[in-house]
Amino acid sequence: MLKLVGGGGGQDWACSVAGTSLGGEEAAFEVARPGDRGKAGGGSPGWGCAGIPDSEPWAGVLQAGVVGPARWGQGAEEVGESAGGGEERRVRHPQAPALRLPNRKPQGGSGEIKTPENDLQRGRLSRGPRAAPPAPGMGDRGGQPERSAPHSPGAPVGTSAAAVNGLLHNGFHPPPVQPPLVCSRGPVGGNDAVPQRLPLLPELQPQPLLPQHDSPAKKCRLRRRMDSGRKNRPPFPWFGMDIGGTLVKLVYFEPKDITAEEEQEEVENLKSIRKYLTSNTAYGKTGIRDVHLELKNLTMCGRKGNLHFIRFPSCAMHRFIQMGSEKNFSSLHTTLCATGGGAFKFEEDFRMIADLQLHKLDELDCLIQGLLYVDSVGFNGKPECYYFENPTNPELCQKKPYCLDNPYPMLLVNMGSGVSILAVYSKDNYKRVTGTSLGGGTFLGLCCLLTGCETFEEALEMAAKGDSTNVDKLVKDIYGGDYERFGLQGSAVASSFGNMMSKEKRDSISKEDLARATLVTITNNIGSIARMCALNENIDRVVFVGNFLRINMVSMKLLAYAMDFWSKGQLKALFLEHEGYFGAVGALLELFKMTDDK
Amino acid sequence: MAECGASGSGSSGDSLDKSITLPPDEIFRNLENAKRFAIDIGGSLTKLAYYSTVQHKVAKVRSFDHSGKDTERDHEPPYEISVQEEITARLHFIKFENTYIEACLDFIKDHLVNTETKVIQATGGGAYKFKDLIEEKLRLKVDKEDVMTCLIKGCNFVLKNIPHEAFVYQKDSDPEFRFQTNHPHIFPYLLVNIGSGVSIVKVETEDRFEWVGGSSIGGGTFWGLGALLTKTKKFDELLHLASRGQHSNVDMLVRDVYGGAHQTLGLSGNLIASSFGKSATADQEFSKEDMAKSLLHMISNDIGQLACLHARLHSLDRVYFGGFFIRGHPVTMRTITYSINFFSKGEVQALFLRHEGYLGAIGAFLKGAEQDNPNQYSWGENYAGSSGLMSTSPELGPAQRARSGTFDLLEMDRLERPLVNLPLLLDPPSYVPDTVDLTDDALARKYWLTCFEEALDGVVKRAVASQPDSVDAAERAEKFRQKYWNKLQTLRQQPFAYGTLTVRSLLDTREHCLNEFNFPDPYSKVKQRENGVALRCFPGVVRSLDTLGWEERQLALVKGLLAGNVFDWGAKAVSDVLESDPYFGFEEAKRKLQERPWLVDSYSEWLQRLKGPPHKCALIFADNSGIDIILGVFPFVRELLLRGTEVILACNSGPALNDVTHGESLIVAERIAGMDPVVHRLDKGLAALVRERGADLVVIEGMGRAVHTNYHAALCCESLKLAVIKNAWLAERLGGRLFSVIFKYEVPAE
Repeated sequence: MLKLVGGGGGQDWACSVAGTSLGGEEAAFEVARPGDRGKAGGGSPGWGCAGIPDSEPWAGVLQAGVVGPARWGQGAEEVGESAGGGEERRVRHPQAPALRLPNRKPQGGSGEIKTPENDLQRGRLSRGPRAAPPAPGMGDRGGQPERSAPHSPGAPVGTSAAAVNGLLHNGFHPPPVQPPLVCSRGPVGGNDAVPQRLPLLPELQPQPLLPQHDSPAKKCRLRRRMDSGRKNRPPFPWFGMDIGGTLVKLVYFEPKDITAEEEQEEVENLKSIRKYLTSNTAYGKTGIRDVHLELKNLTMCGRKGNLHFIRFPSCAMHRFIQMGSEKNFSSLHTTLCATGGGAFKFEEDFRMIADLQLHKLDELDCLIQGLLYVDSVGFNGKPECYYFENPTNPELCQKKPYCLDNPYPMLLVNMGSGVSILAVYSKDNYKRVTGTSLGGGTFLGLCCLLTGCETFEEALEMAAKGDSTNVDKLVKDIYGGDYERFGLQGSAVASSFGNMMSKEKRDSISKEDLARATLVTITNNIGSIARMCALNENIDRVVFVGNFLRINMVSMKLLAYAMDFWSKGQLKALFLEHEGYFGAVGALLELFKMTDDK
Repeated sequence: MAECGASGSGSSGDSLDKSITLPPDEIFRNLENAKRFAIDIGGSLTKLAYYSTVQHKVAKVRSFDHSGKDTERDHEPPYEISVQEEITARLHFIKFENTYIEACLDFIKDHLVNTETKVIQATGGGAYKFKDLIEEKLRLKVDKEDVMTCLIKGCNFVLKNIPHEAFVYQKDSDPEFRFQTNHPHIFPYLLVNIGSGVSIVKVETEDRFEWVGGSSIGGGTFWGLGALLTKTKKFDELLHLASRGQHSNVDMLVRDVYGGAHQTLGLSGNLIASSFGKSATADQEFSKEDMAKSLLHMISNDIGQLACLHARLHSLDRVYFGGFFIRGHPVTMRTITYSINFFSKGEVQALFLRHEGYLGAIGAFLKGAEQDNPNQYSWGENYAGSSGLMSTSPELGPAQRARSGTFDLLEMDRLERPLVNLPLLLDPPSYVPDTVDLTDDALARKYWLTCFEEALDGVVKRAVASQPDSVDAAERAEKFRQKYWNKLQTLRQQPFAYGTLTVRSLLDTREHCLNEFNFPDPYSKVKQRENGVALRCFPGVVRSLDTLGWEERQLALVKGLLAGNVFDWGAKAVSDVLESDPYFGFEEAKRKLQERPWLVDSYSEWLQRLKGPPHKCALIFADNSGIDIILGVFPFVRELLLRGTEVILACNSGPALNDVTHGESLIVAERIAGMDPVVHRLDKGLAALVRERGADLVVIEGMGRAVHTNYHAALCCESLKLAVIKNAWLAERLGGRLFSVIFKYEVPAE
């Protein structure tokens, strides 16, 4: 949903959200074009790069945080200077800049990040001038076309972390024996003896005990798995990714139960990822962490921690992959579970550029599993789901919690760039009913064309101020009042943008009016299609999710109104706090399931 | 207004310079005799309907009183011809852009003579807005009629009355339109009326319908949003832009989201994931064409989807589209059809209407005309008065485009009795009274259009000759020539202009045009002369037939039928012979006939049948006047009567070339009955009689009836279709040669 401008190759990595722990310090590490410095370093909101020409959208998502006060340059291109800070920030690494980190103490609140060079030098060494010498102990993959061993640390993620014997491959040195795999919420200690059952995700529960008559070999295999729970736990870092047409949604599980020992042994690369992601709320120009959505004190797969929600525009995907390559992400042997169309589109790039094998997942499966999971764990003690009471009365209309304990059947309307509508009958019985191409992408696309705005936020801000009735032709504009025979109120929209047929009216409306009309048009249309589907499928609960609803109270209330009004109170519109992130959560859940299945 | 008039002066779009730009006989025809008005004012177009009485000449035949004199005096015509004035009712519809409304009202006020008219029925969203203006200008009281009621009334009316009203759009096929034959059972259906917004109505019976939903994303959205995006002001220009654009430059497609992987996933990469999705993520200029196309796709898809959702909810499989949005634009019909197919997985059929824009006006008119007991009439489109399927497609000739861009006409003639299908049809709903669809068959179309063009001179000549006493006959004939010629040219450009193009519709158009210029029956004199000659020969022919043995006689009768059919002025090959040698004899015609076996020859089966029991009742559709009916048909009829078979002779009610008319046939039959005691009773009237008498044999004679139209018609009783192919091209096409014989005897399967 985020509008990007330019991306013309500049290394403008300003990590520029004010108020993050690294704040100005962080920005200082970035290479900003001289002209951009003021904005970049000045704490402008990180999500937009409006007005900043030549910004590189997802520049340095990890760079800044991972390396602390260092920066991973890009060889000769990197001719930056400090953007906001006062200290010396220019570092050049002409020989192997991509891999080298100055061993430097970080400043500010980001904690102590040790960045021993050799930790970061391992792994993927690549092409041309940026290639660095192979790290000792790691497969020299830069120089050798063949890998030395299938399970060598340099092997791609896809060769399965669980199959690797222990050490290092999950990012940690051998930890103490772990409890069996569970994925639950609650006060789970580091050594939970009894796994908590999670009704929604039985596949994440431990395997049942083996039947006695199984073959010895099978028993043996199973025993091995049961013996060592930790083997069934995926290596850190834990990511789930949903690469949509407009936005990439990323969830990251930050373990908070790391023992001192673990901390000690956590590889630097991993640690720096953790520190970077958790200590910032904005990454590059366009990456954003939705701090308010963070799920705290969550137990997933036996570990306790926080689930972070991050998004960035899909057009920054290549930068992200590039960075994965530069950060040698593949050395962590994590499995990158990804869903959304981009999982397919970028699969090849992940493999070729970053040596990462994506585990591709069906997006509708992920959406539903993620939604059910998040709803089941709740939103930090509050309910995840809500509705609007008195939706037809603007004065009395207010948000109220809704208990989605028994959610079936539900009509699930996922509004991203486009819209998918699913009828869900149980956690794994659902069908895609229909979809429409008039979605969030249409709203933003039309708004950009009509008003010259550049971001979703900007478009919504304009819409909030506008009056669509100047743009739309209402029933009363045609009939002079209500069209009583069919119960159409005079204030109902008869023709979206209908007034714009007249030149005088075109000349008299504001951009805000246009933005509002666009928003109302798209929203009402989705509502109308959803309502028809609900009728056809005989379902009376309609759950609206997707990033089109992000910070979009206008649409939510319109949908709540439309469902209630047109169905004479029969249909209920429901909303969820983590509106756009369920696909990514579902992808993360698949990571556990996948590991467990092995 | 500049685009409307043939005289084409005045370039200011808003003022209708009534003195110059409106050729009143072209646009507001018969206004002076207008009786009843209805107006439908939509968001952008006004549709005006009025009913007028049309005075036109009809040829009547009247028998001389022969009782006191000796019959069979040479050189005396068998009957006299008179031309009488007849008044019939006609419906006129005019469609124009709202900007012209005031000027049009002024024009009507100035030309309206009839002062009995007190009320005008008004419907459409604009009715309330323009109510005062109309009342002030026309001094008529405005009766507001409910929009939906009018719309549905109009839709039912056109579906029932206008042949080939509804059609489906077929992508990549030639023709791209496929017209539907009138279906007696039109209910239930879903009507999606796309005006500024969209209304979706479920229609269950004539009077029962329900507004089931709507959408604000409609024609107004396309126009309004399109104008904002492209700075193009006119609706048709926007569509024109759209027809040239590439929506994939603006829309985010599935392949943009999934990359190349859509193939392995079985997704169609060209599906639109997000309309205008690319304009949100790319900072670039988009072309007007691309945006217009994307917009058109967005709106058409959306309407199609909603229509499907409603169709499914109400278990309907036919969706008709009306309203001003489509306007015959192929690009719009293509996208809507695609959308309907896509969303319904082929279960719902999208049907478009030729008179989509007139539904409300027709309905409003009918509403006003309710006291006239409309059910006792039927209506037929007058091809001479209608401007055809409106299209602004650029391929059209500039002349046609100019006119239809602003004014669009439809006229319907009222027939004084309702028309029904022949009850003997095996399956009335599937009956298609045309053998070759000329919109479908480009080769045949080219041939027939050329054929009618070439025959035009002869028709004009004959028309003038038929009215030797008229001073302006030549002038009128020239006007007829112009009009018919133009129609033929329109049809060359746009074969679907009047629905399906067939030989029948070409003939109808010619008759309508002739009538238009007061040539009610150009062949009346010729027919009169021929009938006289033939009647004189009749006794001799009968006598010689009676001398033959039974089996010999049956063949002679059939040959006579066929030979008589050679005498057809409509067939160019014959008219050439007849023009040069009027005494081209019956016997010579027999000699010209193809020897057996004929091109289609089931004579043996027919003979076999005749050896069996007599038919109860035979229905014979006769073709031409003169030798054909008198020397060909009547001896055959006489034989059937002798066998004990009742005979119903069916003739045209009005003149068409030298076809025998009902009036003529009565006189001829009367005269023959006077000569021959066998032929003493003939029935007229049809459907009820056929049912009453239990007709079990239908004889269809002549090229027009047996070949062009009913060749494939399946009847539920025995049938005999016979014709002589008097057209070299057609003969060749059918695998024969000139004067090849079709003798098709069919017995329905048990």
